[in-house]
Amino acid sequence: MTRFSENSVGIVTPQIARFEEPLPLACGRVLANYELIYETYGELNAQRDNAILVCHALSGHHHAAGYHSEDDRKPGWWNECIGPGKPLDTNRFFVVCLNNLGGCHGSTGPSSINPDTGSPWGPNFPTMRTRDWVNSQARLADYLGIDCWAAVVGGSLGGMQAMRWSIEYPERIKHCIVIAAALKLSAQNIAFNEVARQAIVSDPDFLDGDYGKSGKVPARGLALARMIGHITYLSDEKMASKFGRDLNSGSLVQGSEENAEFQVQSYLRYQGSQFSGAFDANTYILMTRALDYFDLALEYENDPIAAFRRATCSFMVISFSTDWRFAPERSHEIVEALIAADCPVSYAEIEADEGHDAFLLPIPRYIDVFKAYMKRVGGDH
Amino acid sequence: MRLDLAHIQRWIAPGARVLDLGCGDGEFLEYLRDNLDVRGMGLEIDHRYITTSIARGLHVVEQDMDKGLGNFPDQSFDTVVMALALQAVHYPERVLDEMLRIGREGIVTFPNFGHWRCRLHLGLLGRMPRSKTMPHTWYNTPNIHYCTVHDFEELCAAKGIKILARDVVDDSTRQPILSRKWPNLFATTAIYHITR
Repeated sequence: MTRFSENSVGIVTPQIARFEEPLPLACGRVLANYELIYETYGELNAQRDNAILVCHALSGHHHAAGYHSEDDRKPGWWNECIGPGKPLDTNRFFVVCLNNLGGCHGSTGPSSINPDTGSPWGPNFPTMRTRDWVNSQARLADYLGIDCWAAVVGGSLGGMQAMRWSIEYPERIKHCIVIAAALKLSAQNIAFNEVARQAIVSDPDFLDGDYGKSGKVPARGLALARMIGHITYLSDEKMASKFGRDLNSGSLVQGSEENAEFQVQSYLRYQGSQFSGAFDANTYILMTRALDYFDLALEYENDPIAAFRRATCSFMVISFSTDWRFAPERSHEIVEALIAADCPVSYAEIEADEGHDAFLLPIPRYIDVFKAYMKRVGGDH
Repeated sequence: MRLDLAHIQRWIAPGARVLDLGCGDGEFLEYLRDNLDVRGMGLEIDHRYITTSIARGLHVVEQDMDKGLGNFPDQSFDTVVMALALQAVHYPERVLDEMLRIGREGIVTFPNFGHWRCRLHLGLLGRMPRSKTMPHTWYNTPNIHYCTVHDFEELCAAKGIKILARDVVDDSTRQPILSRKWPNLFATTAIYHITR
């Protein structure tokens, strides 16, 4: 008897797939060989038609659901949506989630050893684009014996991978679920990412990305980058209700000289330091660049309608009312292009206070709509 | 199925591409899909209806038609249906224009405010009408633009909208003789098949 609840996938073990066939990348370079770490939940059926690919966002990884051990404190990052009776119902689907190339959780990335030099790739790891990830995910599908995904699902940067799948491998995807995403980043979005990158590269311990050789870690820069990101993932409303102007220490009373510290300050610092101990700075730079470079329609004469005309799957698009990083308007652009391209699409705009982070949370209407759509993916229609 | 919907499905060709403005719980689109092989899409703002329609395997977009339908390309649907929603939109005239821009044909149904019972309510009792099809009080109703059969046909004439067919639903008989002859007085729900 374990302590995990009935609707948990329980204890999961990551697996590693090694690929020896060179992978040509969008930047022009070629990755001679690489490893992808992944987890699976549920069982692949005999027809091999119940597989779902979950694509992770900026700082995500392969551990999307369940626990790694009995005393694991926190479950995977999308535990709310993956498990028995949840939208990605593991009684029904075979769910696959991997750490993308360039990641820092076990797949080949900047902190892996470059076989040509014998030392970590560091800043010399090739620049990744969303299409590179999708190509590597297609090879993982081959490896797992999956010809066609029942659905490719993702939030944020994950949603961008799902859309890329729909137009680059139209014959290998039946449903595309795009949550809190965009056809491309706005200048404001790129600006936030640039401030985050500058925070990292201006940390003296960054050493032009070669910190791996010296044993140093640009922890302050990485923490600062995360703090900036974190602000943009929350909404004004959520921050107001979560922290307001509450103080941790000090006072605003006249005559008190001690500096007041607001709760939001220590919260952000805690988030930053937690993150900097668990994430690689070069990976953060690589992932934010992949976000910035993503432009679904770039290779289709900047016409998202022309891009989506290649797609043959059905789409579900979801946005959140207070998400200002990937606002509902960005999802409207996706939906408008899909309608014009004559692609079947459903769209729901979820009222939620949690900002961009809402896509990770169990918001009742979000879960209901997601479940309703997955019912169809499961073959009811 | 609701009577007005049973009537209008006759005007939809098998295999047609249909946009249903205010698709509700999706019952009609589901019927069209299962019986006429229609490729349908619904527009809805009610959260529960959206979830129900999606669970039915329909394609539903959460969108308020009062905020415009500009995201739908010209002539991208065979038929655009708006059942019992004309009276609830802010700009009925604009929505009619949009319907016939997006679709080759349109089908509109609305409660007829010219029905004799409405007239009785207003004329004799001096009260705003309420009925089975119009159950709301005047101060709490989604229905903000009531019109009669005559009003609607006048608007169509003024806008150069062609009426391909008219049908009626009344609450008395299965053979609506009176309402066919004098729809403005006897139709509870008016049903129009229109085009440019």
